[in-house]
Amino acid sequence: MRSGALRLGAFAVPAGFLLLFFAYPVLTLIATAFAGEGSLGQAWSALGTGRVAGVIGFTLWQALLSTLLTVLVALPGAWVLGRFRFRGRALIEALSVVAFVMPTVVVATAIGATLADDGPLAWLLPAGSDRGLGAILAAHVYFNLAVVLRMVGSYWSQLDRQVEDAAAVLGASPGRTFWTVTLPRLRPAILAAGSIVFLFTFTSFGVVLLLAGPGQATMEVEIQRQALFLFNVPAAAALSVLQIIAVVAILVAQTGLSRRIAAGGGSVASRRRPASRGEGVAVTVFVVAAFAVFAGPPVMVGVRALATADGWGWGNFTALAATDSTTVLSIAPAEAVGNSLLYAVLAALIAVFVGGLMSLALARRGTSVWEGVWLLPLGVSAVTLGLGILLAFDSPPLDWRGSLFMVPVAQALVAIPFVVRALVPALRAISPQILEAAALLGASPRQVLRHVELPLVGRAGLVALGFSLAVSLGEFGATVFVARGDRPTVPVAIYRLLGTPGSSNQGQAMALAAVLIVLTAAVVLATDRWRLPGERHV
Amino acid sequence: MSDVAVRGAVVRYGQRTALDGVDLDVGSGEMVAILGPSGCGKSTLLRAIAGLVPLDAGSVRIDGEDMAGVPTHRRRVGLMFADHALFPHLDVAGNVGFGLRIAGWDRQRLNRRVGEMLELVGLADRADSAVQELSRGQQQRVALARTLAPEPRLVMLDEPMSSLDRVLRRELNRTVSAALEQAGATALLVTHDRDEAFAMSGRVGVMRSGRIEQIDTAERLLATPANGWVADFLADPSA
Repeated sequence: MRSGALRLGAFAVPAGFLLLFFAYPVLTLIATAFAGEGSLGQAWSALGTGRVAGVIGFTLWQALLSTLLTVLVALPGAWVLGRFRFRGRALIEALSVVAFVMPTVVVATAIGATLADDGPLAWLLPAGSDRGLGAILAAHVYFNLAVVLRMVGSYWSQLDRQVEDAAAVLGASPGRTFWTVTLPRLRPAILAAGSIVFLFTFTSFGVVLLLAGPGQATMEVEIQRQALFLFNVPAAAALSVLQIIAVVAILVAQTGLSRRIAAGGGSVASRRRPASRGEGVAVTVFVVAAFAVFAGPPVMVGVRALATADGWGWGNFTALAATDSTTVLSIAPAEAVGNSLLYAVLAALIAVFVGGLMSLALARRGTSVWEGVWLLPLGVSAVTLGLGILLAFDSPPLDWRGSLFMVPVAQALVAIPFVVRALVPALRAISPQILEAAALLGASPRQVLRHVELPLVGRAGLVALGFSLAVSLGEFGATVFVARGDRPTVPVAIYRLLGTPGSSNQGQAMALAAVLIVLTAAVVLATDRWRLPGERHV
Repeated sequence: MSDVAVRGAVVRYGQRTALDGVDLDVGSGEMVAILGPSGCGKSTLLRAIAGLVPLDAGSVRIDGEDMAGVPTHRRRVGLMFADHALFPHLDVAGNVGFGLRIAGWDRQRLNRRVGEMLELVGLADRADSAVQELSRGQQQRVALARTLAPEPRLVMLDEPMSSLDRVLRRELNRTVSAALEQAGATALLVTHDRDEAFAMSGRVGVMRSGRIEQIDTAERLLATPANGWVADFLADPSA
């Protein structure tokens, strides 16, 4: 009955974790929104119907614009990545992933500085345009390019090139071929990638918090404002419930779209070297543009971090080690780096352990109902999780306010989706015959797990670990609720420094951001290199 | 009906030379087969005539007009691909009518033409089927109908039977020959199957490593092979 115990463990551990740290906080949110003196109706009137409608409207509007813009910008790149072999593709793919996991606070800061009136790209947003919305869109495109580039690009590479040839032979011009043949075939991939981008931008927090113009707020930002600044917790909870409902709806739609793309994938990769001059130019333009786009914000941060009151230098970095009474932090900023590393390592370990067991359960069962139940926590936004945890664990017997492990738990909840999305496909790719063969050769279920399944998903597990580390390092939405004032993480410290005027605050924020960029990039590039050559499509 | 003249055609893929100076004439209304082992460059020859791969040297003329600089979609040639390359997002009628829609045919005329073509290949009752539902043999007929529908100046067939079993092949050989004859098309067929080449064409060119070794009627090829390799290849088609 060892197999029974194994299966029970693989089921009970993640189920228990999610019940305690996800279901209970969410139920607490719902109870808070509906119960007692803060009934939903009162919360509503406190918010003001006009304000709520405005917030929902802006949330939808910016998410829709962000999604459309990201797809439009990424589509030519997906064509180059999907159809051509060229030098530098591995680096560009790695950079796009680094961009994807970059801390929101850091990228928002960099893009805000780049597009500001005195920034180098201020001309991109003409006078009179909505600078807040423009900067938000730019940041969202930056983060989500990788999603569309990778999903649509790899789908594109599997589309039989001869079908386009057939259209050309039948008289269709390249433009006509794209509209009538290529685009309809790409549709499932574009919809699936677009729905993921929509989900991410719908629940965007750090970017909007830092870049929104006056009066602009997404639901995430409004929840945080109501809870932490106006102390109207029932209103925040009511908005959170609304947010959860919306996210679940998006998630259901998105799961359906992703399933179709899995069924539609072909087999042969059809990448080749650019054949004509036009194709060569297109590839070169893409490589140059991709480097410029992905490297832009980090370079901007680096430049600002090295600019001190008395010329270029390391002054902002050396100042990080000192407890500076002129900054808002009560600690030396460098301590935040230590906090972040400790929290992130703990969070990544929890995420890989719980997420790994979840993936085992998901990969084995794989029925759609179970998948829906398991995936539920995956989409719920960071701010909602943070607020739920804050409310759920603030009174006996579960009074864990200020407990050190709340931050890693919150970050792990945010990271688990990435673990599951990395591991489930790897587990499902193992053919059942291999497992049956192992069993026929006398391996117990435990031995099959240890000697067959784990080695086969080991690489994916490493990638999951790296992703969890990077996501936890940059996590802001949930952490800002549960981090103790005297133990801020780097993103929280950057946010506090930025919110306070004074050049030493701004300079140190940039220096901290630079440190965080280096840490995040190192983690992602390290896991990327650990992958087998065969795993990376060439 | 049109004639095709290829002169000194060279195509290189990086280090590899796929076409190494090919000369070929196909007269108006004639049907020529190119026979050779896999990798000899015969598919590249078709793709070069269609403009799908650029020539590194030499020329392709159709009806005396130099095709240099003419993009594929303006060459008005047909190419039936080895694995059909049907449009997966269109039904059978949508596939067959694609070239006609591109050419701007009005709906009524287009529908009539599609109906005729499906009749010709024996699929009149499958017009609304998804192409994925069809058998390999049926998909092949859709590909044939799609290629012939816009009345291309030259019909090219790339290993048309390679994905089919023997029985289907014999049956479809007849369909294809009849359809081509009825259309009065100039046709160029590429295959590694000796019997298929001999059955369907007037003249057969034997190709090896990017060159046409000899081109003549089946009887004359067998009677007077140009060299030992041609004799061996024709004697043992599986070689």
